[in-house]
Amino acid sequence: MKGGSNLEKVLEGGHFAVTAEVGPPKGTSTSVIQKKGDLLKSYCDAMNVTDNQTAIVRMSSLSGCVILKEMGLDPVMQMVVRDRNRIAIQSDILGAIALGIRNVLCLSGDSQKFGNHPTAKGVFDIDSIQLVQTLKAMRDEKKFLCGEAISGEVPLFIGAVENPFADPFEYRVTRLAKKVKAGADFIQTQAVFDVGKFTRWMEMVRDQGLDKQVHILAGVIPIKSVGMARYMRDNVSGVSVPDEIVSRLEDAKNVKEEGVKITLEIIEQLEEIDGIHGIHIMAVAWEDIVPNIVERASLLPRPIL
Amino acid sequence: MIVGKQKPFEEIWDMIKNFKKVLVFGCNTCVAICHAGGGKEAEILASMLRIKASQEGAEIEVMHAAIERHCEPEFFEPVIDEVRASDVVLSLACGVGVNFLSERVGDIPVYPGINTEFYGAVPKAGVFTELCAGCGNCILHLTGGICPIVRCAKSLMNGPCGGTNNGKCEIGQDVDCAWYLILERMKKLGTLEKLSEIKPVRDWSTGMYGGPRRIVLEHIADPEAQAEKKDS
Repeated sequence: MKGGSNLEKVLEGGHFAVTAEVGPPKGTSTSVIQKKGDLLKSYCDAMNVTDNQTAIVRMSSLSGCVILKEMGLDPVMQMVVRDRNRIAIQSDILGAIALGIRNVLCLSGDSQKFGNHPTAKGVFDIDSIQLVQTLKAMRDEKKFLCGEAISGEVPLFIGAVENPFADPFEYRVTRLAKKVKAGADFIQTQAVFDVGKFTRWMEMVRDQGLDKQVHILAGVIPIKSVGMARYMRDNVSGVSVPDEIVSRLEDAKNVKEEGVKITLEIIEQLEEIDGIHGIHIMAVAWEDIVPNIVERASLLPRPIL
Repeated sequence: MIVGKQKPFEEIWDMIKNFKKVLVFGCNTCVAICHAGGGKEAEILASMLRIKASQEGAEIEVMHAAIERHCEPEFFEPVIDEVRASDVVLSLACGVGVNFLSERVGDIPVYPGINTEFYGAVPKAGVFTELCAGCGNCILHLTGGICPIVRCAKSLMNGPCGGTNNGKCEIGQDVDCAWYLILERMKKLGTLEKLSEIKPVRDWSTGMYGGPRRIVLEHIADPEAQAEKKDS
């Protein structure tokens, strides 16, 4: 075991994993995290706590993870390189491990330009691939980036993200290969709406044998409203929402139910793709739909390991 | 070249409105090419300040002048007495010029009339684009001649990130994704496979994060000491 987390056990045990996203509050409330943890605990294997997502200041990912950990849950600490230099990153990793966190997901982070402090200075001292590499060296060689030794154990299950829908399409597999080479143990992808394109991407992933080297969890976002679908189609870089999905929601009498149905259909197709080892549900501001989706997708009960 | 942009007029006015004798001092090199701070712009800005002063009923004498460069002493030494005759210098040179002149003139303030923006090129008249960060550690031979440090919004060494959208950057549809350009260029050069190597973390200390930089060419700066060293 690299990190010994529940997520790692589920994936290494060959189970189809389910992870879900927990957005921390724009405030100090412990109970916001606890409520989400309670809601999701029987329905997923691990919970990602986002790190100032879209560059909007929220409770830190590390704190959110600690709150979940105290509840006996398995948190995935998301870490972006936008807000920390290599000194802060490595320090936070030591602290996170000391507090029992075992899964870390490495990301670049959305540009600070999108957030609520658009005039902030983006750090970007190292990039997300270098972050993966840094964590691997911390774990396997017990060394900091500078080469100095780390005292104590460094158990980590290292995650990275990939977006098959950003262009250039052909290069996205090469980039995934770089992340695998850097040391990623698992991958959570950008949300899949265009299953056809995702399937083509996975063919390329399998051609390179990457599915044998890393656990790939396909991202899923349940769409709650027509406005959200249109917004994601038109305004979110790197997300591809086919017009067909938007029109299905436009024509639906019960939009939320239609959104869930679309999600279930996508999950069903994802389960059929060779090399997909799980799904990652990002129900942004709609966490309470996750139990419904997981149950109706027949992904219950979650394995107890 | 160094590209600058004139500061908003009101900001300039606020800087100088309480002085009696103002010298608007242009620089005829980089900032003249980008129409921000050359002799012509100094003259126009001086006129605007005179008009503003008369509108506000302020008694301010506004003069203007320009020299070839503000970054080497020999260009402003001949006019330094005239510069010192003013109460304030509104420099239209880049930040280098403002710093450098401040040290030389001593007890009168030198204020910036332009914002020094970046090192850029002029793809067409009236358009200026940032192409170099002056990072002190050039990697253009590894990236098809396209700089990810300054042209990628996240300065990624192993891009592109997940925000690329039809070759544009996530920060705006008018910004090219540098990594997209790098990939296209390296495809053309037949060196795309080089990008599958992970580029290591950067040494940023060669750039502005390592403290102020200084280059000394001993043989020019101190030829005698250099000669002595050789002899011994």
